[in-house]
Amino acid sequence: MINNTGIIAMSYIIATILFILALGGLSNQETARRGNWYGITGMAIALIATVLGVVTQQYALLLAALVVGGTIGLIAARRVRMTQMPELVAILHSLVGAAAVAVGFANFMDPGRLSHYVGVELTIHDIETYLGVLIGAVTFSGSVIAFGKLSGRIGGKPLTLPARHWLNLALLIAAIWFGREFVLQSAAGGGLQPLIIMTVIALVFGIHMVMAIGGADMPVVVSMLNSYSGWAASATGFMLGNDLLIVTGALVGSSGAILSYIMCRAMNRKFIAVIAGGFGTSEGTVVATGEDQGEVMPIEAEETAALLNSAKEVMIIPGYGMAVAQAQHIVHEITQTLRDKRINVRFGIHPVAGRMPGHMNVLLAEAKVPYDIVFEMDEVNKDFPDVDVSIVIGANDIVNPSALEEPEGPIGGMPVLECWKGKTTIVLKRSMATGYAGVQNPLFFKENTRMLFGDAKDSLDAVFKAL
Amino acid sequence: MRIGVPREIYAGEKRVATTPDVAAQLIEMGFDVAVESNAGAAAHYSDATFEAAGCSIAATANEIWAESDLILKVRGPDEEETARLKTGQTLISFLWPAQNPELLKQLTERGVTAMAMDSVPRISRAQKVDALSSMANIAGYRAVVEAAQHFGRFFTGQITAAGKVMPAKVLVIGAGVAGLAAIGTAKSMGAIVRSFDTRPEVKEQIESMDAEFLMLDFADEDGSGEGGYAKVMSDEFIKAEMALFAEQAKDVDIIITTALIPGKPAPRLITTEMVESMKDGSVIVDLAAEQGGNCELTEAERVVRHQGVTIIGYTDMPSRLAAQSSQLYATNLRHLLTDLTPEKDGQIVVNMDDEVIRGATVCKDGETTWPPPAPTISAVPAKAEPAPAPVVEEKKRSVMGPIIGMVLAGLALLGLGAVAPPSFMAHFTVFVLACFVGYMVIWNVTAALHTPLMSVTNAISSIIIIGALIQISSDNEMIKWIAVVTAGITSINIVGGFAVTRRMLEMFRK
Repeated sequence: MINNTGIIAMSYIIATILFILALGGLSNQETARRGNWYGITGMAIALIATVLGVVTQQYALLLAALVVGGTIGLIAARRVRMTQMPELVAILHSLVGAAAVAVGFANFMDPGRLSHYVGVELTIHDIETYLGVLIGAVTFSGSVIAFGKLSGRIGGKPLTLPARHWLNLALLIAAIWFGREFVLQSAAGGGLQPLIIMTVIALVFGIHMVMAIGGADMPVVVSMLNSYSGWAASATGFMLGNDLLIVTGALVGSSGAILSYIMCRAMNRKFIAVIAGGFGTSEGTVVATGEDQGEVMPIEAEETAALLNSAKEVMIIPGYGMAVAQAQHIVHEITQTLRDKRINVRFGIHPVAGRMPGHMNVLLAEAKVPYDIVFEMDEVNKDFPDVDVSIVIGANDIVNPSALEEPEGPIGGMPVLECWKGKTTIVLKRSMATGYAGVQNPLFFKENTRMLFGDAKDSLDAVFKAL
Repeated sequence: MRIGVPREIYAGEKRVATTPDVAAQLIEMGFDVAVESNAGAAAHYSDATFEAAGCSIAATANEIWAESDLILKVRGPDEEETARLKTGQTLISFLWPAQNPELLKQLTERGVTAMAMDSVPRISRAQKVDALSSMANIAGYRAVVEAAQHFGRFFTGQITAAGKVMPAKVLVIGAGVAGLAAIGTAKSMGAIVRSFDTRPEVKEQIESMDAEFLMLDFADEDGSGEGGYAKVMSDEFIKAEMALFAEQAKDVDIIITTALIPGKPAPRLITTEMVESMKDGSVIVDLAAEQGGNCELTEAERVVRHQGVTIIGYTDMPSRLAAQSSQLYATNLRHLLTDLTPEKDGQIVVNMDDEVIRGATVCKDGETTWPPPAPTISAVPAKAEPAPAPVVEEKKRSVMGPIIGMVLAGLALLGLGAVAPPSFMAHFTVFVLACFVGYMVIWNVTAALHTPLMSVTNAISSIIIIGALIQISSDNEMIKWIAVVTAGITSINIVGGFAVTRRMLEMFRK
């Protein structure tokens, strides 16, 4: 039992510093592991200080909760496959949201509240509570839906209700109005009712918001929910008057916001436009026949292998299709074989490839592809004229030349990997369906493009055998 | 169906419409192939090799013409051959219907289906059938070889014990298929190559072959006509062009001209005066000799000398490389036949809805079907539309927008400050500073680690567990149990988040 609040405050400051170092460590792969340990240490210090300083009873219950929760977390972390990372992250976000709602309610129900705060302080405190619960509830329901979409339990198609923008606006206005009610009633000792109604509204809002977003806009949604979970923690921190929560929440909130911004920029879309939703489906539409784009030239696995063997510079461009087909391991084996033959193999990663920021990097790392041959789009785009063979695995819109050639098109202005500037591009694809943006890809019809149809993993297995 | 390949009877024509390799593939498609005895001899394909490929050898041309359903030729039929055609037969060869209206009329009257290899539309899909391009490619190569034959010096520059040899300078006029082939060949022999074309979009192609594109210092007039060909230029343009050639003629050793405009006589580009200004021993190869020649002094099918300059006007360049041109032409024919026999059963179907087949068919069932409707798509990608001028006038961002926003935000913050208690202000200070620290730190995170970043921020955002810890000791049962549950779920997050981050980071290796 520590009674000295100074020691607790100091522990919190140490924890804060360690959290910042943890995030700072992620600036490169070398320091990232140490950074994670900083994070763990910071969390441990904060928890121990709080338990020793604040908790006075219920130690047994607390321990049980921690052990049960910790075990579940550990098992989930061990079992999850790297292709499922976006789902795991989404469901973990929902837990933060749920916790924010629970803490908010519990705090509101504490009878000591009214004696502790008066006047403006009470109003501000109530607004903090209200905001914490609001953001928490949106985060919770939004993340649950995102989890459902990412794991395929809910279809990836955006749900576009007829007047969905008006519905959102109505929900927002209702939330504000109940907020006013809540503050007024709370001063009089009540207020539980408007708080509950608002929570329901926030849950509906979260569900509706994510339902309206197409499957491949998920990188933005996941990072946005990441941001929300931070703001929820921050609001809770204000409510509890706890700087550690405020700082940590702000760190997480700005992290998620920056990630959302990076993702939007990589798609050349406005954040608001993504959130407003209704764009893109995960099931590609079949090419409208009749528009004569020219002829696609198919290629067989053996020829692909021969092309690779005679190449000096190979660029591999993975997309979500690689994750779906679980092809990352065979990609690694092919890479290994080619590198042994002194062929320079590199990977070009588009920021929005996959379903969450950095998804492709994690998959390739899982398959033991060394990270120093994995590059970002901006690092490799200028090198394409020297590339002999580019292999596009389950990607479409991120290699679409019309993004540059048709500035007015649906994906106009989006930065893309300019693989068509290389000598040959081999595209692995299941069919001629379009990408999620529903835009036909002129790349497939270019003279130096060859299509290798079939499941990415099966095709690559055949290529590997032929090598 | 029986395919007949007669011997070419045109004087000096050495090519043949099929080769043993291709014939074997045709037989695989279900056809019977009969080849006239000695049809391939001039191109060095003996009867024995045809027989080995599974063809039958017909002793006389009569046998071929009388018994074949489908006749493959290189040159169009002459009077006598046309007379041998029967209703229902199909003929595929070069026909030049625009230049030979009489032939087209006769073919129509005889009720044959005739397909002209020179009328295949120039669209990307038809490239494999485009015999004009295959032949032009060969002509371009051969033009350089002929030039080398008559040029008394090396193409390449050398420094030898016997002194320095300057490289030859070659000017290629017209960078179509033949021109580009000539550029490539001359370049690979070591010459300095320059090229001129009225179509600006070929600049890139010329430069990609390491040759110099001669820009005409003239208002951007685009010489690209329909179907990837050039068109007639304005008078001023031609004047400027001629001045350029006159200047170049004094400098270069070899000029290869390939300028053609469809349906028109070849433009006169090299005047007698220019020829006379060339160095003694220079060579001009005029690939447009058949259409009248780009050079005033060209005589078709002959080599002439004028004041020390050799002017080559051969019109049978592909035939001079008969083995190669037969092989490519036969392959073009095979591609067309593949499209014509969708069932691979040796029965041809002339599907007039297919743009390529429609374009090539000049008469069918007693009706003239030439000219075909204009092709819809040019083979030249997008004709280099004056590059949709990357709208330079970048919309001037209203400066007022952000300023108003900032002023409003400032006022809102001041308003908040006016009513907020000091304790709130302290927390708010911390909050704002933390946002900025987060901003600075996160921008440094490498894109490759964005997924670990999300999972670790997830873990640390579970610091919200402190809220539960504060509440867990409450005497209120409800609050207590809510806090216990909260502690449970946040600890899933803490442990799960850190553990999965660790697992991911372990995987990143060099």
